[in-house]
Amino acid sequence: MGLSGKDLLGLQFVPVEEIKLILNTAVPMKEIIKRQIKKVPTLRGRSVVTVFYEASTRTRVSFELAAKYLSADTVNIAAGTSSVSKGEGLKDTARTIAAMGADVVVLRHPMAGAADMLARTIGAPVINAGDGAHEHPSQALLDLFTVREKKGRLEGLKVAIIGDILHSRVARSDIWGFTKMGAEVRLSGPATLLPQETERMGAITCASIEEALTGADVINILRIQKERQQQGLFPGLREYSQLFGINKERLKLAAPDALVMHPGPMNRGVEIAPEVADGVQSVINEQVTNGVAVRMALLYLLTGGGNQHEITH
Amino acid sequence: MKLLIKGGTVIDPAAGKVAEKDILLADGKIAETGTDLSTGGVEVLDAGGKLVAPGLIDMHVHLREPGFEAKETIFSGTRAAARGGFSTVACMPNTNPVADNAAIIAYIKNRARAKGAVNAFPIGAITRESKGEELAEMGDMKEAGAVAFSDDGMPVMNAGLLRRAMQYARMLGLTIISHCEDKNLSAGGAMHEGYMSTVLGLKGITSSAEDVMVARDILLAEETGCRLHIAHVSTAGSVRLIRAAKARGVKVTAEVTPHHFSLTAEAVAGYDTSTKVNPPLRTAADVAAVKEGLADGTIDVIATDHAPHTVEEKDVEYELAPFGLVGLETAVGLVWTELVATGVLTPLQAITKLTINPASILGLSKGTLMTCADADITIIDPEISWTVEPAQFAGKGRNTPFTGRLLKGLPYATIVSGRIVMRDGIIK
Repeated sequence: MGLSGKDLLGLQFVPVEEIKLILNTAVPMKEIIKRQIKKVPTLRGRSVVTVFYEASTRTRVSFELAAKYLSADTVNIAAGTSSVSKGEGLKDTARTIAAMGADVVVLRHPMAGAADMLARTIGAPVINAGDGAHEHPSQALLDLFTVREKKGRLEGLKVAIIGDILHSRVARSDIWGFTKMGAEVRLSGPATLLPQETERMGAITCASIEEALTGADVINILRIQKERQQQGLFPGLREYSQLFGINKERLKLAAPDALVMHPGPMNRGVEIAPEVADGVQSVINEQVTNGVAVRMALLYLLTGGGNQHEITH
Repeated sequence: MKLLIKGGTVIDPAAGKVAEKDILLADGKIAETGTDLSTGGVEVLDAGGKLVAPGLIDMHVHLREPGFEAKETIFSGTRAAARGGFSTVACMPNTNPVADNAAIIAYIKNRARAKGAVNAFPIGAITRESKGEELAEMGDMKEAGAVAFSDDGMPVMNAGLLRRAMQYARMLGLTIISHCEDKNLSAGGAMHEGYMSTVLGLKGITSSAEDVMVARDILLAEETGCRLHIAHVSTAGSVRLIRAAKARGVKVTAEVTPHHFSLTAEAVAGYDTSTKVNPPLRTAADVAAVKEGLADGTIDVIATDHAPHTVEEKDVEYELAPFGLVGLETAVGLVWTELVATGVLTPLQAITKLTINPASILGLSKGTLMTCADADITIIDPEISWTVEPAQFAGKGRNTPFTGRLLKGLPYATIVSGRIVMRDGIIK
């Protein structure tokens, strides 16, 4: 089987079977990354264009390497270095790229819905690499992959997501992904940074951080941005660290074998204590490796893989 | 020039009556109303099976001229009105330059006379350039023909200034129309704050952004004795506040738009920018509340807030798109489909909110079928089903969230001063 949609814009509408397919496909992909010669000819002759309207090292490099390991040609367009900065609209940029024959377009954009708009504009598959506070599906998939690999399952696990949920596309994609896979998702953060009605998404908003952490199998710690303080959404980073920072003491509330995750980049000493970030329970570096594997799976599946031919090992 | 409208069901909100009657129009006025009027020597318009009402009045439209002629002009906007069954519109002052002085008011009136398919009455700004800093010359504007004052879209945040505007408007005997939005609460929002804004990751506009200002403006109207009209009510909280204010005798009236009684924030899914409107589409509970407000008389008027934009302006990321949608050409269909067919309003109540109520708020001698009244008439076919196709709109805007929607009830003819300006969708 393959994926039913042309694009991957978010996890909200992806069926459970397809999430499983992506995760299963990422397993052999991870094997390729571990090889000495990290190259298979699967996407030879195909082109992957990454369009980043926001600064990002991790996600962009991850997609680029994923494409290269599969032998695709890659081009990166960064806002500020191209006609994007001349005021060319997203739609015009998209049409231009499509006209040049891109087989897959990966988009990072500061505004929610940008990937939906791009997907409607062009015929090529679009992968949303983060659109505003909407979704970041490949991040959630790598989170699912990492947890499944470590825990052997997703169903029945308790997953705590801590921090600025309101502005987090990772949180939204994680809520959809983990709840679809049968996990319990708990949210905690400053009241001013919690969006409305998350219970309708299937998540539990906890009254306190202690409640969220108690017995948790996974703690996903979100980056808190200084910018939100300037917007008056919370009083300050120092207090934030006191109230919501994950340190060794708070970590003890979770299950003894709880995994510590962070989508990066980290503010060490703010939302996560250095000893927690580098501790034995941290899987933050493995998330990065798994990100490449999951993105290889996505590129493979969205270019028709799983439908016509099997992956070349 | 005489025109006999024959065989229709006449809805006369001034008299509160619905009856099979003929209406004879002569020299731009209503000459006679009765049964079996003689057809000799007059043009006859057969209205059999149709509803005959005073010409509909939309007291909240944006004609965009002067300044934004790419979006709409007085010519195109009044043609959209004619096609939508409206013989009169009142246009908001957020043009460029802002209609904040007598010269612009006079200009709009002159353009409307020269180019307008229907009557257009300008609404003047409350403050200079609608900046909310100093009062505009409201007295001068009244002399030039302004029928009310509003800083629509640019709410007067300074309560002291609005209080003085109300004292001044009261002296002039005109109404202040309030776009109720606390900019500190709504700042940067693109849609209603709730489940859908959470899922879509768009910044929300909380209901209290409206409620707080409705409460403030009601208190100021109560204190000053000024007539206050609340534009585009969208929340259950506003309905509750207005109901209570009316009960204690405050001179407050209110309007709701067809989109606010037809759609919820669920419509934003998929990021269709034609759903981006201010105030935003709210929840099912809010829709139920405004319908209740319509039914019990808390909400006096149905107005469209017709806000055309170009395709290019709307065809961008949701956050970047301007607020507003076009409403003139879908209003009657939505009123009949969503309110009349469902029993929320009787045809008489619906027509009342589209004619005599807005006329009375704006001080227009319209909205009635009395002998010698202006011969402005709208004929509606309540039975016809049709599909909304923006390509067929007479106005320039295509930004409607109702594309493809099946509606029942369509304006058949619009008559202005005894002259048929629209018949069967064709504008003359």
